[in-house]
Amino acid sequence: MSLIQNLKLVHLPKSKTSNYSHLLLSVFVLLVAIFCLAPVLWQLLTSLKVNADISAVPNVYIPKRYTLAHYTELFTRRPFLNYIFNSALVSITSTVLCLALGAPAAYALARLRIWGEQVILAGVLIVTLFPYILLFLGLLQVVQALHLGNNYLALIIPYTAINLPLTILVMRSFFQQLPRDLEDAAKVDGYNIQQILLQIVLPMTVPALVTTGILAFIFAWNEFIFALTFITRESLKTIPVATAQLGSSSVFEIPYGAIAAATVLGTSPLVLLVLLFQRRIVQGLTAGAVKG
Amino acid sequence: MANLELRNLNKTYSSKVVPVKDISLKVDEGEFLTLLGPSGCGKSTTLRLIAGLEQPTRGQIWIGERNVTDLRSGDRNIAMVFQSYALYPHMTVAENIASSLKLRHLSKLEIRQRVTDVATKLGLEELTQRKPSQLSGGQRQRVALARALVRQPDVFLLDEPLSNLDALLRERVRAELKQLFKAQNTPVVYVTHDQTEAMTLSSKVAVLYNGNLQQLDPPQRIYTHPANRFVASFVGSPQMNLFVLSCRDNAAWLGNFPIPVPLPTVPPQIVLGIRPENVCLARAEDTHTIQGQIYLVESLGMQNLLSVRVQGAPELTIRALLPAAWQWSDDIVKLTLSPQSLHWFDAATGDRLF
Ligand SMILES: Nc1ncnc2c1ncn2[C@@H]1O[C@H](COP(=O)(O)OP(=O)(O)O)[C@@H](O)[C@H]1O
Ligand SMILES: [Mg+2]
Repeated sequence: MSLIQNLKLVHLPKSKTSNYSHLLLSVFVLLVAIFCLAPVLWQLLTSLKVNADISAVPNVYIPKRYTLAHYTELFTRRPFLNYIFNSALVSITSTVLCLALGAPAAYALARLRIWGEQVILAGVLIVTLFPYILLFLGLLQVVQALHLGNNYLALIIPYTAINLPLTILVMRSFFQQLPRDLEDAAKVDGYNIQQILLQIVLPMTVPALVTTGILAFIFAWNEFIFALTFITRESLKTIPVATAQLGSSSVFEIPYGAIAAATVLGTSPLVLLVLLFQRRIVQGLTAGAVKG
Repeated sequence: MANLELRNLNKTYSSKVVPVKDISLKVDEGEFLTLLGPSGCGKSTTLRLIAGLEQPTRGQIWIGERNVTDLRSGDRNIAMVFQSYALYPHMTVAENIASSLKLRHLSKLEIRQRVTDVATKLGLEELTQRKPSQLSGGQRQRVALARALVRQPDVFLLDEPLSNLDALLRERVRAELKQLFKAQNTPVVYVTHDQTEAMTLSSKVAVLYNGNLQQLDPPQRIYTHPANRFVASFVGSPQMNLFVLSCRDNAAWLGNFPIPVPLPTVPPQIVLGIRPENVCLARAEDTHTIQGQIYLVESLGMQNLLSVRVQGAPELTIRALLPAAWQWSDDIVKLTLSPQSLHWFDAATGDRLF
C-alpha cells in the first residue's frame, strides 16, 4: 500500500513532500537493486580483473587494470564455443519440443470434453510436485538401459518432460481465457480445424508461447545435475557443467577469473532473451488475470 | 435466396439440461425473425444449432431445398454476428472482413471490390487498416456486421449484437440495422432478451421459454394477443397486471368488484390480465370499474405509474399508467379496466382463453 502511494507521489507536481518521498523511493529502489545484483556484478567485475587483483588482500573493489584475457582463454584453452553450442542445442530442442507437445495437449484439455480430464490434470500437477533430483537415480538407470549416455537425447528428453507440466498448465489457462467465440466465428467463416489452429489460434497464442518457452529454456540452459551425470564426454558437455569443472582441473589453483568469465558468458544469453521479450513475458504472466 | 426452416429441433446436453426441447419454425426470404426470451431459455443454443456450431440431438434444419443438418458450419453459407463480435485480433479490419471470401477462393479483385463496398456502406472506409484493438465498441460492432454482410449468405444470424453498446448508441444502431436488413432479401434470425429490440426490428417474433416456442407472431399481435401467461408477463413494460381470481355468477371477482367473463362456461378460477396503460380513470358511464387506495406513485416523465390496493382484496395491487398532468387529492381512486383490452388465461395451463 505505502509503496503504491509512493509510486503515485512520484508523478505529482514537485512539492516538498513529494521531493522527499521521491528521494526515499529512489534510495529504496537502489538498495533493492544492489541487494539483488551484487553477486552478478561481483562476477562481472572478477571476470574483468587481472589475476593479481582477484587474489589481492584486501579486496580490490575498483580495479585500475582491466583485461579480457579470461574470456579469450575460455576459447583458446578450452572448447567453450563447443559448450555453448551444446547448451544451445539441448535447450532450444527441448524448448521447441516442449511447446510443440504441450500446447496441443493444453488446447485439448481446455477445449474438448475429455473423459477423465480432472484426473489428467491432477496427474500433471502431481508430477510438478516431485523434486526432480529424486528422479535422477531412476533416470540414470533408464539412460543406461537405453544406451543414451553421452547422447544429447539423454538431456533433451528429461528436460522436455520436466518442463511439460508447467507448459501444459500455463497454456491451458491461457486457452481457457481465449474467447471461444473466435473459433466459432472462424468455423462459420469456413475455416477447417487445421486452419483455425494455425491461422486463428496460433497467432493469438504467441505471447503465452514466448513466456512458457522462455521459462522452459532457462531451466534447460541452467540445468546441472542431469547434465553432469548423463554426459561425461568432453565434447558434449553443457556450459554449467563445463564451468563448474573449470575449477577442478587443477588442485593447486582455482581459476576464479575464468569461472567468472564463463558464468557471465553463460548468463548473458538469458539476460538478453528476457530483456528482448520483457513486454511479452509480462503480458503472458498476467494473461487471464484480468479480462481484456 | 432461400428460406430457413427448423423441424422439431431438439438439443439435449444431459437429462437435466435440455435448452431446446421441440422447436419448429419457418423464416421466409426477407423476413426478420427475433428469438425473444429471458436469459438461459435456449435462444443462443437455437442459433448455434442453425449455425452448425452444435449438432442437434433430434430434428432437421433446412435452408431452401437443402437439408443442412449434417453439413459443416462453413458449408452452410450462413453469416453470424456474435455478441462479443469475435473479431480476429491479429488481423486488420479489411482482413477480418475479407477472411470468409478468401477461404472461398474468390478473385483478389472481387474481394477488394466487395470489401470496399461493404466498408463504405457501414462507414468503415477510414478504419480498414486498423486492428480491432484500436476500435471503439461501436466500430467493432460495425466490423462484425460488415463481416457478415460481405458474404451475401443465405441466412443471417445475430446473437444479441447490440447488448455491448451503450444505450444511446444502441438506439441508433438499432434503427440502422433495420434499414440494413430491409435491403437484404434474406432470412434474418436475431436473438435478444430485450423486448424493445424485438418489437422495433422484427417482422415476426418467436417467444421462447424453457426450450419451447411459446408464440410465433408479428410483434403487434404478440403485444395485443399474448398466447399465454408467460408471454403476457414477459412482453410489455411496465409489466401486465396479472391476477388469479375466483369466479362467481359469470364474473371474476377483483376484490369487491365483479369483472364479467366473456366465456360460455366460466371456470372456478381464472387469470385476468390487463396492461397498465389500459387501466384509466373511471368516468360516470364506464363499466368494469374498481376502486382502491393509491400507495405508490412513480413518475416516468410522460406518465405516472400508480400502484393501487384494490378494495376488498388488499393483497392485490393493480398498476395503472395515468397522464402526468393528472392531480390527485384523495388516496382513493376509481379506475376502469378497458373491456376490449382484457386478457383471460387458464389458471392451470396458462393458455389464453379469450
Ligand atoms: N455446451 C453446453 N453444455 C451444457 N449446457 C449448456 C451448454 N450450452 C448451453 N447450455 C445450457 O443451456 C441453457 C440455455 O443456454 P443459452 O442458449 O445460451 O441461453 P440464452 O437464451 O440465454 O442464450 C443454459 O441453461 C445453459 O447452461
Ligand atoms: Mg445467449
